[in-house]
Amino acid sequence: MLSYILKRVLATVPVMIIVAVFVFLLLRLTPGDPAAILAGDAATPAQLERIRDRLGLNDPLHIQFFTWVFQMLKGDLGTSLISNTDVGGMIVSRLGPTINIALMTIVISVALAVPMGVIAAWRHRTWVDFAVMSFSVLGFSIPVFVIGYIFIQIFAIELRWFPVQGYTAPSAGLWDFFSQAILPSLTLATIYVALIARMTRASMLEVLGEDYIRTARAKGVRENVVLFRHALRNAAVPILTIIGTGFALLISGVVVTESVFNIPGIGRLTVDAILARDYPVIQAMILLTAGIYVLVNLIIDVSYSFFDPRIRY
Amino acid sequence: MSFKPRMGTFRNTSVAAVMAGATLAAPMAFAQDDETTTLTAVMHSGLRVLDPIITTAHITRDHGYMIYDVLTAVDENFEPQPQMASWEVSDDDLTYTFTLRDGLMFHDGSPVTAEDVVASLERWGQIDSGGQLIFDRTESLEATDEKTVTWTLSEPFPPLLTVISKQSAVPPFIMPASVAATSPDETITEYIGSGPFVFEEDEYEPGVSVTYSKFEDYVPRDEPASWMAGGKVVNVDEVVWTTMPDAVTAVNALSNGEVDYIEQVQIDLLPILENAPDVVVETRDDLGYVAIGRPNFLYPPFDNKELRQAALTALDQENMLATMQGNPDYYNVCGAIFGCATPLADESGSDPVTSDDEGPEQARAMLEEAGYDGTPIVLMAPTDVISLVNQPVVAAQALREAGFEVELQSMDWQSLVQRRAQQSPVSEGGWNLFFTNWMVPEVSDPLINVMLNGRGDDAWFGWPTDPELEEMREEFIAAEDEAARKEVAVRIQEHVMDNVNYMHMGEYLIPQARSTAIEGMLPSPVPVFWNLTKGE
Amino acid sequence: MADMQDSRRSAFQTMTGLLSLPRGARLGAGPTIAAFLLVVIVAASLLAPLYVPYDPLTMDAMARLSPASAEHWLGTDQYGRDTFSRVMYGGRVSLLIGVGASLVSVAIGLCIGLIAGFFRKLDGPIMRVMDSLMAIPAILLAIALVALNGPSLGSVIIAITIPEVPRVVRLVRSVVLSAREEPYVEAATALGSSMPKILIQHLMPNTLAPLIVQGTYICASAILIEAILSFLGAGVSTEIPTWGNIMAEGRNYFQIKPGLIFWPGLLLSLCILSINLLGDTARDLLDPRMKKREG
Repeated sequence: MLSYILKRVLATVPVMIIVAVFVFLLLRLTPGDPAAILAGDAATPAQLERIRDRLGLNDPLHIQFFTWVFQMLKGDLGTSLISNTDVGGMIVSRLGPTINIALMTIVISVALAVPMGVIAAWRHRTWVDFAVMSFSVLGFSIPVFVIGYIFIQIFAIELRWFPVQGYTAPSAGLWDFFSQAILPSLTLATIYVALIARMTRASMLEVLGEDYIRTARAKGVRENVVLFRHALRNAAVPILTIIGTGFALLISGVVVTESVFNIPGIGRLTVDAILARDYPVIQAMILLTAGIYVLVNLIIDVSYSFFDPRIRY
Repeated sequence: MSFKPRMGTFRNTSVAAVMAGATLAAPMAFAQDDETTTLTAVMHSGLRVLDPIITTAHITRDHGYMIYDVLTAVDENFEPQPQMASWEVSDDDLTYTFTLRDGLMFHDGSPVTAEDVVASLERWGQIDSGGQLIFDRTESLEATDEKTVTWTLSEPFPPLLTVISKQSAVPPFIMPASVAATSPDETITEYIGSGPFVFEEDEYEPGVSVTYSKFEDYVPRDEPASWMAGGKVVNVDEVVWTTMPDAVTAVNALSNGEVDYIEQVQIDLLPILENAPDVVVETRDDLGYVAIGRPNFLYPPFDNKELRQAALTALDQENMLATMQGNPDYYNVCGAIFGCATPLADESGSDPVTSDDEGPEQARAMLEEAGYDGTPIVLMAPTDVISLVNQPVVAAQALREAGFEVELQSMDWQSLVQRRAQQSPVSEGGWNLFFTNWMVPEVSDPLINVMLNGRGDDAWFGWPTDPELEEMREEFIAAEDEAARKEVAVRIQEHVMDNVNYMHMGEYLIPQARSTAIEGMLPSPVPVFWNLTKGE
Repeated sequence: MADMQDSRRSAFQTMTGLLSLPRGARLGAGPTIAAFLLVVIVAASLLAPLYVPYDPLTMDAMARLSPASAEHWLGTDQYGRDTFSRVMYGGRVSLLIGVGASLVSVAIGLCIGLIAGFFRKLDGPIMRVMDSLMAIPAILLAIALVALNGPSLGSVIIAITIPEVPRVVRLVRSVVLSAREEPYVEAATALGSSMPKILIQHLMPNTLAPLIVQGTYICASAILIEAILSFLGAGVSTEIPTWGNIMAEGRNYFQIKPGLIFWPGLLLSLCILSINLLGDTARDLLDPRMKKREG
């Protein structure tokens, strides 16, 4: 087990190296000039040239690359070309909102979707099944920003239950945090609920056909015990998998919801940085999200053995 | 020539009436004590660059006015007024003596000295184009004592006070000498001013929010505030600037009472605020903005004056402004390149772009006469800057109707600013036309208006070589009095319309919206947070 | 363990892929309705030039944001362009993006996947590169790619395609890996068939069924991603209407003129729904084993 984990961790090293090189090259090939954003509309060509010099943007590519790698190895993510602030610090302050919203989304999604999926499978081919599936189909057929606007219109403007926008750290006020985070989390959760509910339903359907379930039922085990203890546990692996692969989906949803709900998270940070060609920020952010993706999937792979005793390493 | 409404006919559109009764108390985005008054403002853009000298970005200039002070500043009559210093001019117009007023202090507690002023002016003079004109004629700039700065010129430069008092794009903000010693190619890293607000560095999140607190030791002037001049009296404890990427979210947040103020509201969103109690929509900046198109003088088709004229004729201010703004209360068809409500305003020669009769037909005839060979116009269109999205789309259609071949190339603003700096032919990554906008004070004078530079490669993007215009600019500098300046300005206006140095697409206003709790907000092109009060 | 990874499907595929018929069941009403809807939408979009009342680009500053009327059936947008005409024309482009992205990613993925599955030495490096591409969030990669090439139709298709390629590669590779152990492939190798012949004649046909299924899911997701790119300011130019950029441009008017989002949104949702349903059906019909293998 331990050697397996070690092997998996080592396997991520080349992946991260390729990501780093790829992103670096992609950005340098992209037209754009951070100096122009820094200096504004009326700057003269000579002034821009001097600023580019200062920022090291006129150095040969390989020098820029190794300067960056060397910095990274020292644990320094660099300095934003535009705001001249430390990239590490920027990311840390923007990470909190995204992680909190993402966690809340996952909690809401799992809490809603797993029971939905289980019930749909249990009442297979009834109106309950149909309703659950229709809802989840709808969830991923509508673009996220439209869902966000609809929620704002209903819950914030008509009903006035929650604020339209903003973010408060949980440490600064738990109630404020919840009231502001609930709509963006629900918005994100619609896709995620769709995803997990369908996966739960499908794997439950497979499991419910197995012999041991029939045996358990025949022995008179109570139905909810059958469903939630026996069946669900065996259906857990694909459900877990979907939470992992859904991470990528979550990121793209985060980018959009952070704009709609004005949340100062990393999604917006990255999009703003791409549009402003703030290279150090983009590079750090993409490495970070790639790292999290790899890590999440690693954890999920490892946790398979816990849920499915048949998988051993 | 048709008569078009003047600036004076712009109405202050107060939409919502004051309504009693509190809105359901939505949790505030920012925690408040009972004691402190915090004003939360949604600004037009996120603050990312903190050096108001190195960049011409408006949001950074606005930040500059919060935490820095200036020597002299223009009031609402475009007259320079003393702010940190009063001045005297010698009889030969060569020596300017500035005397700092008492009580000036930086936020770190140290007094403002003449040395600080000299260092700040020198750094500014290396970057700002107006500043460079003065320093080209500067014999010496010295701190003669703690409170006196003596500026000696080698030849008279009558507009000196206007240039150092300008409110946009880069006014000479006064910083401590140690900060002003930063190279002009590098951004400053200490943010200490002597202005009415203190920058709270710990709470600064680039591009997201910035917090200013009242500077308790600031001594305002006695005169009433007028534009950037006069007494800057601060009546709130804290001002928080945020930005919202989604315009609808900002409007909804204001009508829900989550923020106090929106600096710029899109006209199309005003109906949402009409139903909101406790919200006032008004025009803070009566001068507004101008939309412009800039042709590339180096390559066909716009190296040909007749084709530039045909393009100008094909375009129509009314059509473009109506699409951008929708509501006629918020735009003004007006051909004055220096702005319709400014001292140099004149509409000579602007008929092709202001009168909408027979524009396309006339343009088609002109095209034929000029022998247009079908060379396509590469028109660059930004996709991610909302205020600039509409103009190229409308222009493309108008030019096509007149018979031009137009290739509308979409790109993000970053790609556009890089591409417009390319002097190469269109086939090698060049361009023919792009649109942008300016605040009226940024174009209101031949020295400030960068598009009037006619020095070829040294000119602003588009690179016209226009010795005639350069000569007139020299005449403008040398002009002794207001009447003489105005006379030169009218000739420049006629020349620009005839030569089509750029396409002046008219003026428009961007309203602001505020909660009724805020009172005493000053009219000004730059949003200012002194003088106002925030009640319950 | 490797197999487990390979069987892990793309989030979107899983998300969309499970609204399926019970195995062995006959085609129900669902797929029939879906096919009918899709045919109608595709036909209506393709034939748009024949019947829409306006050029989708003709502006009228004086008639901007006008409500639905006999003249403008669904009203006009902020440039005064006819919404009905734009939505119908938009369908052409959105469908083109969907079909284009799925064809290109399947084609590229097939080539790379065949190579990775067949040549043991190349397998490792290729899969590491694919892992890396998958680790970069698709939407961020797409925005960067659009910034690189400019928001033309082709570059948006490429930007949507590249993040999809690794998933196709994984699918093809896993099929090839299992197929190459089959006796007839081993026989062909032993008889000295040339490499390309084995690849194309013996291995490729095995990948066809799963690729058709995968292709439909990519098509649906590409249409959605295009909408998100437009929302973020990295979409196709407004001169080329798509359902996505009509919605993105209309978002400021959500409260004032909801039709600008509702109509393109409705067609987009119906279209995605139908494509996915048909994908599920195709999956069940073409390869009954697939579901089991992937579950």
